[in-house]
Amino acid sequence: MSAFSAIGNERETERDEFTPGIEPQATWCPGCGDFGVLKALKQAMPEVGKNPDEVALFTGIGCSGKLNSYFNSYGFHTIHGRELPVARAAKLANPELTVIAAGGDGDNYGIGGNHFMHTARENHDMVSIVFNNEIFGLTKGQTSPTSPKGHKSKTQPSGSAKSPIRPLSLSLTSGATYVARTAAVNPNQAKEIIAEAIEHDGFAHIDFLTQCPTWNKDAKQYVPYTDVQQSDDYDFDVSNREEAAEMMFETESKLYEGEVLTGRYYVEDERPSYGEEKQALGEAPEEPLAERYFDEDYQWERAADELLEHHK
Amino acid sequence: MTGQELIWRIAGGSGDGIDSTSQNFAKALMRSGLHVFTHRHYPSRIRGGHTYVEVRASQEDVRSRGDGYNFLLALGDSFARNPQEEAYYGNEELKPLSENLDDLREGGVIVYDEGLLDEDDVAVTELEARAEENDWHVYPLDLRSIAREHGREVMRNTAGVAATAALLDMDLSYFEELIEQNMSGDIMEANLDVLDQAYEQVQEMEHEHELRIPESEPHDEDQVLLSGSNAITYGALDEGCRFIAGYPMTPWTDVFTLMSQHLPKFGGISEQVEDEIAAAALALGASHTGVKAMSGSSGGGFALMSEPLGLAEMTETPIVLVEAMRAGPSTGMPTKPEQADLEHVLYTSQGDSARVVFAPGNIRECYDQTRQAFRIAYEYQIPSIVVYDQKLQGELRNVDESFFDRQPNSDPGSVLTEEEIAEAAHHSSGKFQRFLHEPEDGSNVSPRSVPGQEGGRYLATGNEHNPSGHISEDPDNRIAQMNRRLDKLDDIRADLDENSSHQTYYGPEDADHGILIWGSHQDTAFEAVDRLNDAGHSVKALGVSDMMPYPVEEVSEWLESVDEALVVEMNASGQFRGLTQKEIGRFGPKLSSLLKYNGNPFEPAEIVEGFETSIDGEELAATNMKYVPAAGD
Repeated sequence: MSAFSAIGNERETERDEFTPGIEPQATWCPGCGDFGVLKALKQAMPEVGKNPDEVALFTGIGCSGKLNSYFNSYGFHTIHGRELPVARAAKLANPELTVIAAGGDGDNYGIGGNHFMHTARENHDMVSIVFNNEIFGLTKGQTSPTSPKGHKSKTQPSGSAKSPIRPLSLSLTSGATYVARTAAVNPNQAKEIIAEAIEHDGFAHIDFLTQCPTWNKDAKQYVPYTDVQQSDDYDFDVSNREEAAEMMFETESKLYEGEVLTGRYYVEDERPSYGEEKQALGEAPEEPLAERYFDEDYQWERAADELLEHHK
Repeated sequence: MTGQELIWRIAGGSGDGIDSTSQNFAKALMRSGLHVFTHRHYPSRIRGGHTYVEVRASQEDVRSRGDGYNFLLALGDSFARNPQEEAYYGNEELKPLSENLDDLREGGVIVYDEGLLDEDDVAVTELEARAEENDWHVYPLDLRSIAREHGREVMRNTAGVAATAALLDMDLSYFEELIEQNMSGDIMEANLDVLDQAYEQVQEMEHEHELRIPESEPHDEDQVLLSGSNAITYGALDEGCRFIAGYPMTPWTDVFTLMSQHLPKFGGISEQVEDEIAAAALALGASHTGVKAMSGSSGGGFALMSEPLGLAEMTETPIVLVEAMRAGPSTGMPTKPEQADLEHVLYTSQGDSARVVFAPGNIRECYDQTRQAFRIAYEYQIPSIVVYDQKLQGELRNVDESFFDRQPNSDPGSVLTEEEIAEAAHHSSGKFQRFLHEPEDGSNVSPRSVPGQEGGRYLATGNEHNPSGHISEDPDNRIAQMNRRLDKLDDIRADLDENSSHQTYYGPEDADHGILIWGSHQDTAFEAVDRLNDAGHSVKALGVSDMMPYPVEEVSEWLESVDEALVVEMNASGQFRGLTQKEIGRFGPKLSSLLKYNGNPFEPAEIVEGFETSIDGEELAATNMKYVPAAGD
């Protein structure tokens, strides 16, 4: 019998269950795009049949990092840029958990860029939601890795000399097997993409455009937006790496020209997740490791029995 | 113990199999009934460069490197990069011989491979004159030709071992047995042939040295030959650790490699990740999810773990970290030992923090204290750090096999079952109260739940938080949570005091003088204490392992009992002496320091010299150490 009865019990849930009684009201600024992520995430949960105790939500630092204060599940609000390594270990320790990581563009494309690259490369079965508002919000409006070239802020008084990171291309090149961009202003698409990302077996990256009405007033609010799957102007195959790469490049470039493109960009279903790869090598157990510590019948191995012989 | 002992030094270049040859040599001696101890010296290079390993063997227990050595097997350095004496690195081809002469004792034996060491070069070392002066017995042998003739050139190590055996009247059967166990087919046959031929050839030679293999009797118990890294690994496995994440760095790589090799057999997971920040973060994530987990690194890599370490403290997530010290600052001397990261591991990470730090003094303590580190971490929800160094990491020593015959402990500590969670405190909104101000059992540990457990959801955060884990800057909550987290250290001190002490007492209880030591040099100091008492001094020693929480009572009592104490440590600033004074707040005028930071571990005789200097009030004659008198002196 599992020590984790919340996992996979397939109980029907409602989105309200994911609103925590302690902090039902988020403290983000009025009009903040982060509300859109929270709403979409809550809406997606009943659709994928998950309950609060089987979901672990790992966050970074900043406005986005507060997501798990306002979302009712197991939560771990980590440190700046490090939510991905904490989250992927949780998935390895108990592959039956639903693991979601969320952070800002600073967390994932800046300070934790190395972790983003490697977590995507390894294709851990988890969702990574990146709140991309093209600004450092909570520290009051500094230029971020996705701010457009020329962006002026208190720390870049003459305007940034740097071209912004291309998040979708970075993700694809690194090895993510599901890459999408959505926007807070498009709640239905956001909910659908989050649900798909949870059900995807592998690293699912969502670049989530979240407008910052306080510190990025000059930037567009990501309206109007175009869904590349809905539009007749775009025709590409999301399972084709070359076509996806081209479409991503165009999408990233157009954002800075004032045109917001969203949708699914790359979906690769065949590649095994990292956990499956490790199991195939015999380097990860078949049963979740976390269960073993609750199994009173398990015969724990001893160094004396297994390892001393070659020291004699 | 300078009488009946062999200290055999095998010298050559990195990549020439010096290490594995020395391990087999030590094992053969152990099997023959001797006690053995090894000391490694090697450069940060893959191929070539001055490398040696000493194997010290005696009928009595051996617990340290010795003073110098008495048998040199100088092989060639097949990867020497420069044969010119005037080159920056000197004549590397000659180094297996030239670099080792200063430490060779009077009456010592030298075997060198004349197939690789050129006669004219050897003349440069003035070997003949020095041999005469020191009564050395020099045997140039063409080991390379013997190896080529009967096997392959790489087997000259085997020929050297056989020459050693012949010159010391050793029984060859232990070496044959090891070759048969470790090799197969043609390679095995060829090695056996080289061994026998070289043995016979050297036996037929005339020799006049007195050194022989010490007499031996069978051990009372079966022996195993292992290192501090083996012991840490086995301690972790026996404590139910089934997850490790790491990034390679010398000398930490040792434990990481061993764990990675063993964990799959034990149904565990090892992750080599992108950097040390990730490594510590993964250990944290696994532990949060209910698995006993560890990570670790050496100085620079451990620096990267500062922030996740603080997160573990704040979220009360148990983890065990190993810090394998090497000489710093910065990249320092990657393959050389030092004990200069003590303050680093005690204080790194922001804010008032609480962690547990153990510094084992020998191989057995590595095992015991790693197990204790896990138990404490998981019971008290606090990070534990085991700090050791490049010395303890690589030295091999024989231990009774029965020492490891222990029960495993898989207990994840203060974790609740779902039934217990159902009974436990919840916020009116349904959130599990993970961080109670006053836990129900009156302790400072608030039991945790694990993701996936029904009704156990809570928020873990590096922000200050209320009992449900939600961010809170309320002053009263702040004080309650800070006090509870920090007070755990007092509880841990009391817990440790109830168990058998990690501090090791040595020498006559009523001695006038003390030697205070921490970590890997403990047993070297104990050997020095024996010699000092034999020479008429009145000395005892205390080896301290609990760095945090510090054993104030134990150390105070011991310091009360001596007139003065010499603090011996391998760093330049006397970090442990500073810690002792900070924690105890008195005894300043009693404590002087003997420091060494040249990359070579203390020899017992050096501690003897330092001690005698300290009581004579004279200047230290040795230039490879530093003596710092007591405050006020």
